[in-house]
Amino acid sequence: MKQPFRNFSGIAAAMPAPNINTDAIIPAAYLRTANADLGKGLFGMLRYDDAGNEKPDFVLNQPPFREAEILFAGENFGCGSSREAAAWALKQFGMRCVFAPSFADIFYENAFRNGLLAGKVAPDALARMVAQAGGATPLFAVDLAAGHVTHADGERMAFEIAPARRDALLRGDDEIDMTLAHRAEIAAFHSAGLAERPWLHAPLARKA
Amino acid sequence: MLRRAATIMTASRPVTLFEKIWLGHLVKSLDDGRDLIFVDRHILQETTSAIAFAGLTRTGRSVLHPEMTIATQDHIVSTEPGRDETTNPQGRELLTLMRHNAYRNRIRHFGVDDPRQGIVHVIGPELGVALPGCVLVCGDSHTSTAGGLGALGIGIGTSEVEHVLATQTLALTRPKTMRITYEGKLQPGTSAKDLILRAIGLFGIAAGQGHAIEYAGEAIAGLPVEARLTICNMSIEIGARLGLIAPDDKTFAYVAGREFAPEGAVLDHALAHWRTLYSAPGARFDKEYTVDCSRIAPQVTWGTTQQDVVGVDDRVPRVDSFPDAARREMAAAAMAYMGVEPGMALEGLPVDVAFIGSCTNARLSDLEAAAAIAKGGKVAPGVRAMVVPGSMSVKRAAEAKGLHEIFRQAGFEWRDAGCSMCVSINEDIVPPGRRAIATSNRNFENRQGPRSRTHLASPAMVAAAALAGHITDIRKADQP
Repeated sequence: MKQPFRNFSGIAAAMPAPNINTDAIIPAAYLRTANADLGKGLFGMLRYDDAGNEKPDFVLNQPPFREAEILFAGENFGCGSSREAAAWALKQFGMRCVFAPSFADIFYENAFRNGLLAGKVAPDALARMVAQAGGATPLFAVDLAAGHVTHADGERMAFEIAPARRDALLRGDDEIDMTLAHRAEIAAFHSAGLAERPWLHAPLARKA
Repeated sequence: MLRRAATIMTASRPVTLFEKIWLGHLVKSLDDGRDLIFVDRHILQETTSAIAFAGLTRTGRSVLHPEMTIATQDHIVSTEPGRDETTNPQGRELLTLMRHNAYRNRIRHFGVDDPRQGIVHVIGPELGVALPGCVLVCGDSHTSTAGGLGALGIGIGTSEVEHVLATQTLALTRPKTMRITYEGKLQPGTSAKDLILRAIGLFGIAAGQGHAIEYAGEAIAGLPVEARLTICNMSIEIGARLGLIAPDDKTFAYVAGREFAPEGAVLDHALAHWRTLYSAPGARFDKEYTVDCSRIAPQVTWGTTQQDVVGVDDRVPRVDSFPDAARREMAAAAMAYMGVEPGMALEGLPVDVAFIGSCTNARLSDLEAAAAIAKGGKVAPGVRAMVVPGSMSVKRAAEAKGLHEIFRQAGFEWRDAGCSMCVSINEDIVPPGRRAIATSNRNFENRQGPRSRTHLASPAMVAAAALAGHITDIRKADQP
């Protein structure tokens, strides 16, 4: 079991540029070890100068947003490399959800498998939320079961997530356990393939 | 299962190549609407597998089919000739973990000490591990490369690597279908790299999101197999996790005789199946695009996404030429980062680094194209030019043809195989603020090192820029 997703209220930060890629989310320099501090590396090249000091104008370096748990992002968020460290970095920083008009395919899967809610939203609704996140009270409530985010002043934005995905997040399903429930069918499929397409199902073997 | 897939196919409409392979690997449709897909081949690399193995250990699970899995070391390895696991000290931890995890789980490991070592997407086809009609996965976004053989190559995250290790399956939402048809013939001076960059320029980096792309048309059918691998390699850069090309006699000839490819009666059996791998006439695609090859010049990127691309004889666009405000803002930011101006000619732009390598363009034919330009020339003063073969096998084949002598005499570094300056997670880095022209696949900000500036182009174009010291048009007679 993974941690079930719980509704919460938290600070939202806005990075509304489109096409924020996974190299930007977690630069390669933080991927050289299996135990890097990925939360520190989140948006590393945008967040720190060459000497490693925080850039004061970057949103996550500013007081309320250092505690951000929600990210409002532009379209095609998470494009580029398959590095799951992008999802891990967001989680380790403290992010619990990202809302964007669209997500790159691999990032979307990676987010889901780490209990990071990736909610698809309408661009105009997002623009209003981005404005609220830049206002006096960047505080929002996330309700996964109901499928909406509500600003402290009451303005609400719906987000889209497949019902099965929503339920899996709410339960904290472990994907591997779910699949292993079908282990007999997987074994049968593999056995049938030994006769039907031995070039794929027989063990990889070197030529004699 | 093939029978079941055949039933599904004959019962309904004409199906696409992608659907044939997908349905042939469907273990079952899941209650949540996703499909459970059987994985025939799993390739591991050191930077995206360590945490997957740690997950298996933590949960007490084991590797279900180690005999369908191979591993290599490619991302963080040093490419210094004669290197070993310790040459790049920063890589030791992940390289050691890869070797140990493979050994403990009885997985074949082609590490830096093995003559078969190389970039995952180069060695998969080269060893006959990737085959037409197979489902091949790897923890790397360029796994779609295998689509050049008519395979479903699926790039996955580390949790999915763990999932495949434990179950030999993936639970996936079935992608929609998309076809890009290249009409007309490839023009002189252009290559597969130019075809795919042009498509990204025309349709944008998110056009393929949620789709599996089939590349088709006269120009694609005319391409050699290695060039098809280049096209499919960059599917992720147009937003698609999957891209493939129908296999044909060229594909079958490429595959036969490779180390892990079927032979004898099994090969005959396989060939009979492989000959059914094409999109049925009348098959419908959810999205259709066409590209006119007669209008493609050698492509060079000017910005920080691959859709920021023009012909080398063209100019950096005017910011106000983009219809929407968001794109104008992005273009202006990209130009500022890259140090280029609207309306500036790309030809003549000086470069500091020329990189020939990566899973996109480091196969033998790529090195031959670059060597044909480099032959008898000299790398311009002040330019660091390097050739990093995609695998040690490519390196040996190139040396057998004397390409290494051509490159060395011209002043190029001739290195050992690895991802190198494409992902710059090892020590091969473009210095801050410097400008590189590269045969790789990503021109993102900071991709080749902090504040590096990257122009993507074909191997011949990169070799020509290395000699000239600036971006240059290989079609012009006064080439150096």
